[in-house]
Amino acid sequence: MAALLLWIPLMPLLSSLLLLLAGARLGERPVALLGVGSVALSALFSLAAILSFSASDGVAWGIETLPWFSALGLEVGFSLHFDGLSAVMVGVITGVGLLIHLYSVAYMAGDADFARFFAYLNLFVAMMLILVLAGDFLLLYLGWEGVGLCSFLLIGFWYRQPENGYAARKAFVVTRIGDVALALGLLILVQQFGMLNIQDSVDQARQLWPGSDLAGWVALLLLGGAVGKSAQLPLQTWLPDAMAGPTPVSALIHAATMVTAGVYLIARTQGIFMLAPQVLQLVALVGAMTLFLAACSALVQHDLKRILAYSTISQIGYMFFALGTGAFSAAVFHLMTHAFFKALLFLAAGQVIMSLHHEQDTRRMGGLLRPMPFSALCFAIGCAALAALPLTSGFYSKDAILLQAYAQGGAGFAWWLALAGALVTALYSLRLFVRLFLGDCRTLPEPDNRPLLCWPLGILCLLALFGALIPQPLHDVFSAAPQAHVPLPVHLLVLAMPVIGLVAGIWLLLRHRDWRQAFATGALARWWRAGWGFDVLYDWLLVRPLLWLARVNRRDLADLPVQLLVWTSRICHQGLSRLQSGRLRHYAVGIVGGAVLILAVVL
Amino acid sequence: MTELPVEHGLLFAAALFCIGLVGVLIRRNLIFILMSLELMLNATAFVFVLGGALHGNADGQVMFLMILTLAAAEIAVALALVVHLYRRYRSLDADRLEAMKG
Amino acid sequence: MTTLFYLTMLIALLAALQVVRGLNAVHALLHLIVALLALALLFFLLGAPFAAALEVIVYAGAIMVLMVFVIMMLNQGDAAVEQERAWLDGASWRGPGLLCALLLLELGYLLLASDTGSAGWRPVAAAEVGRALYGPYLLLVELASMLLLAALVGAWHLARALKNRRGEES
Repeated sequence: MAALLLWIPLMPLLSSLLLLLAGARLGERPVALLGVGSVALSALFSLAAILSFSASDGVAWGIETLPWFSALGLEVGFSLHFDGLSAVMVGVITGVGLLIHLYSVAYMAGDADFARFFAYLNLFVAMMLILVLAGDFLLLYLGWEGVGLCSFLLIGFWYRQPENGYAARKAFVVTRIGDVALALGLLILVQQFGMLNIQDSVDQARQLWPGSDLAGWVALLLLGGAVGKSAQLPLQTWLPDAMAGPTPVSALIHAATMVTAGVYLIARTQGIFMLAPQVLQLVALVGAMTLFLAACSALVQHDLKRILAYSTISQIGYMFFALGTGAFSAAVFHLMTHAFFKALLFLAAGQVIMSLHHEQDTRRMGGLLRPMPFSALCFAIGCAALAALPLTSGFYSKDAILLQAYAQGGAGFAWWLALAGALVTALYSLRLFVRLFLGDCRTLPEPDNRPLLCWPLGILCLLALFGALIPQPLHDVFSAAPQAHVPLPVHLLVLAMPVIGLVAGIWLLLRHRDWRQAFATGALARWWRAGWGFDVLYDWLLVRPLLWLARVNRRDLADLPVQLLVWTSRICHQGLSRLQSGRLRHYAVGIVGGAVLILAVVL
Repeated sequence: MTELPVEHGLLFAAALFCIGLVGVLIRRNLIFILMSLELMLNATAFVFVLGGALHGNADGQVMFLMILTLAAAEIAVALALVVHLYRRYRSLDADRLEAMKG
Repeated sequence: MTTLFYLTMLIALLAALQVVRGLNAVHALLHLIVALLALALLFFLLGAPFAAALEVIVYAGAIMVLMVFVIMMLNQGDAAVEQERAWLDGASWRGPGLLCALLLLELGYLLLASDTGSAGWRPVAAAEVGRALYGPYLLLVELASMLLLAALVGAWHLARALKNRRGEES
């Protein structure tokens, strides 16, 4: 069964390669078969691996596959590692990935770059699987960079519009900052322990580092990397703009999988984080602040996908918050349920957008309940799960986070922020649903109910409702959290918060004369809509100085030595050119002069 | 025959050579260049004959004959060229022949 | 006899100088002939009558005559004299003059410092030269005739091409 592990990422990788090389020559059907088929096979193998793993009592596998290279005294191979955490991640990636691939066959049908889309999407799935199955830091970094690349390629998929290119570049550059931090952290680890294996390094750290500052620094650097990839404070500015990519891309990469890579990283190296409690506190704080910030921003957005983007940032903030307060398994649980309902929301949004002929502004939507009942159902379930209304999967996971966080650390500033965030989440979920489906019909829809669009949505609806029932074999991965007793009032508060939010929302909307204007006007709303001014801040702090520097250095000082070479050769050329006057007399003078010189030397 | 210090003869030849050389470098008229060239040839020929006389050999004069032959051949072809060029460029200015410049 | 030698040398040098400085082509040519004749005399004084005779007959007699032909054919006239005066200003003498003076100094130093071997002054008669030519230097004679043939063909071809294309000459 261990040998099967290699095939899980290999299938989409091979398919991607094939599609890149020959996809343009194949028709849509073969491409779809290849693209979806490879992920389906991968999902099958993943299921087999998970079942086998659960059956074997949850013992982690570490397998060495092919050798890669050997340098600096290190023998590096493609070593894979499979445990409970990997099982959850692989299941989510291949399962949700398969559904999104099916959906994409219908969504991207007719697009001229159909093959390229599936090539990139498969490549992404392969890279993400490599990331979560990696047993070595190097392989992890390969997957990390690979998903970054695919994110860039897919955000800028419709590259002929320059704005998409800018969005892709922004995503890449911002996550790059995080990647540098990650690389530094990994390098320190490798340098300290001389080995690349993740588990071994973390074990070594557990033995050697307690009481040392190094753990804190490494944890901080790893957090930097996680923050970049997962779009948390302060590197969260790229995700809203990344919505320029096709909707399935937003669903897969920027909701279900890539943005959870940061959560995975911290969960994987939790041994190091446990040695640095201050950094853990920072993780929780970052998560809580991001959560609240993004939720407020989501409340005032007009663009449908931007609402969902900010919502993603907010929910991942929850995961970080959970990690930071020691509720590791709750974080991973929420990761899974979030993948379900966020993918559902994005795909349903895609269906709505297609039906409204690529209309994305919610101000021009409304009254879609009657013409598009299925979409309404999807959105209803998705929003309910998002708001953590009782009996949805989101309810269980978010409550797990809040309760476990309270059990671990009591009601600190971060915890109250998280609780307040739950309220705001309910508010914006309600707003989203209401804007889209109630009220008068602003744009007439042409409902797009193709089976390949609806079946994945249906499955996701079921998952969003009942996904909490999927067992998660995480007990060996995370040290068991001490089950402190959570007082009943807290329980009730946590339970009730989303409902309070819902009720408050309805009341606010009814109170407003024009409920569409609710949460949309005012300077505060404008500031929140602009992402709490982060883009402006970064523009003034980083972009403008850099541009100024580039303008100042227009002549490019670093180019001077090269220019010198060019200038010298040009001068010599001109000189020699002038020497060739074409006149006999001058040449004769040259000969005589030469003779005089040579004789002078000889003498 | 007269004996004279070899050095004087050599110096004379050198002087004649240099005068011819000045002519070649300065003059622009092709004919004058050719005439100066003849002077240079003669200077070298003189050295050979001097050498031959110095050592009592026929070799010097044989070499002189060869130089003569060379001069004849050279002047024949050179003058044919000069006539050709005159017809082409309508002038005997050596500086006009600069199509190979640059 | 020695005075005759130095006198002849002086004449040769002065004539050469006049060739180089001359403005009229024919006059310069005549000066050149004078120089050549002086050289012939020098050869005779050195005990090389064959060389002297050849110098007069071939060089002054044939080669110079060839030059006279061409000069006459080109028929430059007074305009050419004026042009030569314009071209030959003082400034143009400086550079090459300096260069040649340097060369002369170097040559002089080299020639004076070199070892010329033991002297064995002896006049060499024509018969002896003849024997040398038909003896060890036979191949050289053949090669010389080849060279002359090549020159003949070359000159003839250039002149012939000229005649054929006169109609099409620009």
